[in-house]
Amino acid sequence: MKTILKAQGLNKTYHLGSFPRTIKVRALNDINLTIESDKPVIISLVGESGSGKTTLAKVILRLVQPSSGAVTVAGHTVAGKGTRPSRTEFLRTVQPIFQNPFEAFSQYRTVDAYLLETATRVARLRKDEAVQAVEEALAAVGMQYKDVRGKYPNQFSGGELQRASVARALIPRPQLIVADEPVSMIDASRRMIIINLFLALKQEFQTSFLYITHDLATAYYISDYIAVMNKGRIVEFGDAKQVLSRPQHEYTQLLLDSIPRLDYRWVDRRNAAPGKY
Amino acid sequence: MIRLDNIVATYTTQRGHVNAVDGVTLEIPDSIVMGIAGESGCGKSTLMKVIYGDIGFPLSLSSGMVDYGFVNERGEPVTTENIRREWFRHISYIPQSSMSSLNPVVRIRDQFVDFPATAGRKKEVLAQVRAFVPKLGLPPEAIDAYPHQLSGGMRQRIMVAMATFFQPEVILADEPTTALDVVVQKSILLLLLDLQKEMGNTIMLVSHDMGVHYQITQKMLIMYAAKVVEYADTDDLFQRPLHPYTLMLINSLPTIGDDRARHGLPGSPPSLWEMPQGCRFAPRCPLATALCRKEEPPLLEHERGRFSACHYAASVPELKQTLQAGPRLSEIAHDTAQLTADVERDV
Ligand SMILES: Nc1ncnc2c1ncn2[C@@H]1O[C@H](COP(=O)(O)OP(=O)(O)OP(=O)(O)O)[C@@H](O)[C@H]1O
Ligand SMILES: Nc1ncnc2c1ncn2[C@@H]1O[C@H](COP(=O)(O)OP(=O)(O)OP(=O)(O)O)[C@@H](O)[C@H]1O
Ligand SMILES: [Mg+2]
Ligand SMILES: [Mg+2]
Repeated sequence: MKTILKAQGLNKTYHLGSFPRTIKVRALNDINLTIESDKPVIISLVGESGSGKTTLAKVILRLVQPSSGAVTVAGHTVAGKGTRPSRTEFLRTVQPIFQNPFEAFSQYRTVDAYLLETATRVARLRKDEAVQAVEEALAAVGMQYKDVRGKYPNQFSGGELQRASVARALIPRPQLIVADEPVSMIDASRRMIIINLFLALKQEFQTSFLYITHDLATAYYISDYIAVMNKGRIVEFGDAKQVLSRPQHEYTQLLLDSIPRLDYRWVDRRNAAPGKY
Repeated sequence: MIRLDNIVATYTTQRGHVNAVDGVTLEIPDSIVMGIAGESGCGKSTLMKVIYGDIGFPLSLSSGMVDYGFVNERGEPVTTENIRREWFRHISYIPQSSMSSLNPVVRIRDQFVDFPATAGRKKEVLAQVRAFVPKLGLPPEAIDAYPHQLSGGMRQRIMVAMATFFQPEVILADEPTTALDVVVQKSILLLLLDLQKEMGNTIMLVSHDMGVHYQITQKMLIMYAAKVVEYADTDDLFQRPLHPYTLMLINSLPTIGDDRARHGLPGSPPSLWEMPQGCRFAPRCPLATALCRKEEPPLLEHERGRFSACHYAASVPELKQTLQAGPRLSEIAHDTAQLTADVERDV
């Protein structure tokens, strides 16, 4: 069995505020999680805002040093004893899609230059191959190279930039993509195309995903496993369909009850008669 | 009533000019919650910037103007010309990705009191702010933090707090809850609704979540490729959309427990640089005919209060029957060839 993701006794504490009013934030509180499989899997990570999802993603991506604990990702020991350093080799197997695309791209470089750099540096493609890889990756997310060329991040809409960052992660054909809210800014009709693309990549290129999202319906749709986080802990973990249809933990139940549904309203809007200034 | 009169909003780029909002005429009644939805890149955020009056290079107004329907302190009608003086107090704006629009090197509390409206009484305002933020589910200490020390969702709540604190007449919110978990999202949306009931202000909300729109809006505006394609009361729009794009938007999302495959809407919207003749949605529309490819349908009032820009608005309800979702996901998920083919078709 291949270890896709393994975290043992993982902790991360941040210090917030300044002396004398500092408070400690336990962003990750004793996380233990093992996902081993011979086949690629999609694992959703859902839960409270501020519960530590991005922190966990950053530890997995070697961007944050945990306070304690060990982590193995797609065969790389990324934290704890025996951590191996090579960064490019790591990025060839594990690719990030960051939560906020406006922060993920440098303001001062064109988006296509960044994509090309991923293709040449990380995926080690020749210049002509690189251009083709970028074209293909953009096409996969419904964008055209000619519409992207020469544009800086602030010249894109939120959803366009998010799609570009999905495209960038696809270029090296990694084994694992850590996607932190990759479709949050993408409209309903386009979102399903990206979600189906993840499914297809899993089948075709054996790519596994850690899919961080607040959209429980798409989590239900694509994932094999799901982990629910609350206050730095994983409160529920298991088969995605099972957890979301028969939640055991009360926080998972609360989450499911709070989804804005299309078949009943929280408050009756009909009597919300317009008031006056 | 806020009136938009033939708004054309243009970005200047190295390659020339593009109209990101292309001829929007609209009347928005006072004291309602209006939702805006549409494909990414269709011009929603640009329209919000125009309504906020945040127009400056590279964005310019090539045509039109917004009339806000109220007068300023000097008794002059407030329009695009002078709306900037009403910022914060009378109109507020939660920009998209607002979590990154906080100044990273300034503590939250200092950004809060750095409005023109608080000049001279910072201490007093700060105390009020400290008492206000728990309403949004934030610990009072959160305002002592620097932005990077807060999670994405916490930063977004800070932005909502800033926009609602002064209780302005008009609140523009561009995806205010996308970074939040659904529990907090619900509490913030209900808080916005409460505030709106109390104050009678107008809220315009951009969201990709049709569930959010269904829950809190009274009117909906659907945009496609820089144009308005449908504008109607929310209940009518969800029950019986009169534009094929609206229908596909509502139908494309999965729900928990429903195992049918969803395909989204194949293809892409036209590039703003090369708009097709006729209806902009025609290349992706199951109802499109030669007429659609030739003549652009105007936004017409097909039924009382129901605007649609479709030559075949009356046929959309029938289309709904034929568009029922496809086979079960489990039936195709094991069939690699099938899935691959779908993706390639979208390419
Ligand atoms: N650099 C930092 N310094 C101090 N505290 C931090 C830092 N980064 C994160 N935190 C804190 O750690 C906690 C977890 O944050 P994290 O970003 O991992 O949450 P999240 O689950 O991704 O939330 P969201 O759904 O809102 O994105 C939060 O309380 C946050 O304030
Ligand atoms: N500064 C800019 N310069 C040039 N073009 C721009 C600029 N900002 C936005 N655009 C373009 O204008 C169009 C509309 O962008 P806008 O941000 O209004 O879209 P949106 O509907 O809000 O999309 P999303 O749902 O993805 O946020 C897009 O095609 C975008 O690429
Ligand atoms: Mg996060
Ligand atoms: Mg936008």
